[in-house]
Amino acid sequence: MSSTRELPATPAPTASSGIKGKSVRRGDTVFRGLSRIAGIAILLTMSLIALFLVWRSIPSFTVNTANFFTTSEWFPDQTPPVFGIAALAFGTLMTSIIAMILAVPVGIGVALFISHYAHRRMSAILAFSTDLLAAVPSIIFGMWGLEFLTPHMQGLGQWLNDYLGFIPIFRNDLGQYSKSIFIAGVVLAIMILPTISALSREVFTQVPRGNIEASLALGATRWEMVRQAIFPFAKPGMISAAMLGLGRALGETIAVALILSASNSINWHFTEPGGNTFAANIALRWNEAGSTGLSALIASGLVLFIITLVVNVVARGIISRHAEFRGGN
Amino acid sequence: MAKRIDVADLDIYYGSFKAVENVTLAVEPRSVTAFIGPSGCGKSSVLRTLNRLHEVIPGAYITGKVLLDGEDIYSADVDPVNVRRTIGMVFQRPNPFPTMTIRENVTAGLTLDGARRSKAELEQVVEKSLRGANLWDEVKDRLDRPGAGLSGGQQQRLCIARAIAVEPQVLLMDEPCSALDPISTLAIEDLIEQLKLNFTIVIVTHNMQQAARVSETTAFFNLPAIGQPGRLVEIAPTEQIFSNPGEQATEDYISGRFG
Repeated sequence: MSSTRELPATPAPTASSGIKGKSVRRGDTVFRGLSRIAGIAILLTMSLIALFLVWRSIPSFTVNTANFFTTSEWFPDQTPPVFGIAALAFGTLMTSIIAMILAVPVGIGVALFISHYAHRRMSAILAFSTDLLAAVPSIIFGMWGLEFLTPHMQGLGQWLNDYLGFIPIFRNDLGQYSKSIFIAGVVLAIMILPTISALSREVFTQVPRGNIEASLALGATRWEMVRQAIFPFAKPGMISAAMLGLGRALGETIAVALILSASNSINWHFTEPGGNTFAANIALRWNEAGSTGLSALIASGLVLFIITLVVNVVARGIISRHAEFRGGN
Repeated sequence: MAKRIDVADLDIYYGSFKAVENVTLAVEPRSVTAFIGPSGCGKSSVLRTLNRLHEVIPGAYITGKVLLDGEDIYSADVDPVNVRRTIGMVFQRPNPFPTMTIRENVTAGLTLDGARRSKAELEQVVEKSLRGANLWDEVKDRLDRPGAGLSGGQQQRLCIARAIAVEPQVLLMDEPCSALDPISTLAIEDLIEQLKLNFTIVIVTHNMQQAARVSETTAFFNLPAIGQPGRLVEIAPTEQIFSNPGEQATEDYISGRFG
């Protein structure tokens, strides 16, 4: 042992012991890069789609001799070209509105029953079945709607005409009840029902137990509890569920194309045959369209794109309006 | 405005599991009764049977009797909804309704019974309840702000205001201070002192000093062994429980030898 024991004057900075120096953690860097790319890819895809739609629709706008927004006819390949989206927009919105009116209350009811009323086994079976319904391809719904629902809706259409015929949308002067906007709406309702129900179920089960018990302890009945504790908490989720359903209804193609007897007219008698939607129109005409025809169809696609965009932005707005009430616990 | 509760031969089951057995006790009106005991001994379960809230858990049921001023709240012709309107409850974790303002939280119970009340009347109830919960001065200028934006202690007093706004006969409190800091706890304990002038109060607490400070009567629950149902070991005036308990188990617990 030497008496002059050396004390290290300044410990040599090492990567393992010091807090100084920035170490590069590769996992972090890679993951940050990947998630950034993923985020940018979404924005890029959206803008490229929009750009494509605008770019390809311009040729048809320049040759169209009719007003694009107020015209119902669709003859882009004749000379001079005449076409407009009035009937398409009408059909798309009306079938979707009918679908929403039917599907939103039922979907929320199903979700509520599964999450807060049914016994455990019953709710498991129901949840499984609604999820299964969501997985049925739309062509199946289309065939079913055409082959089964259309003949069986005859009676309901007749009844609506006989007893509610004083309301224009239920009147039917033709005596024919098939291939109508109404039937398309019903099929769409069944198609979007599982989406709405599955998503609302998800938010209903997230309502804090404390809020449910607080409401019950105040002397709320089950239904009062649902209105006081569940619905307010789940409202943003219910709105997004409905909007996702609406998005699917607006864009649904093949089922509607099968069911509607495509006619580009605006007819407020919803149970009469006829009507057309953006997506069905594109699907039905794409193969026979000439160059202006294709461009015109893309233009109608652009409108559909914008409509769904607006619907989603509005939904976001509604959801975030009461954002401050969602803080705290 | 305050009623007594008598529990006789109460057994509590969750499905086939017997959680609590053979509880018999009396809660005097206009007094504070504290339930103490180790975790899992069933004191919260007993508390929740007093307003039939345990029933919301699937498979839960009881045998025995719970009498509110002599009336069996479990008899077939009694609506649990009415029981809960008569017996209010404050929970362990503050649970104001997150989407409601402070004002709406206070009136949440009032809007349930369907009776139309004028705006002025509601304002009166809001002020009275918030004053009763010692919260009025802190929130009177921001009644339209979200209730969830308050501090934890304030939220808990808001929940007390919500519970007393419907003027219940009895107030059940399930560890109301366990999620709160000491200052908020003191505020709630002061509040309990005032509330017992008008309400019958049953409080579950893990804090034995709290039981000693606020209650007149203390019930000690214990679990004989894991997996066995909890039992009521003894119920006696608080002074006696903490100075001269009748059972060895009670003495062990309050002197900190176990639990």
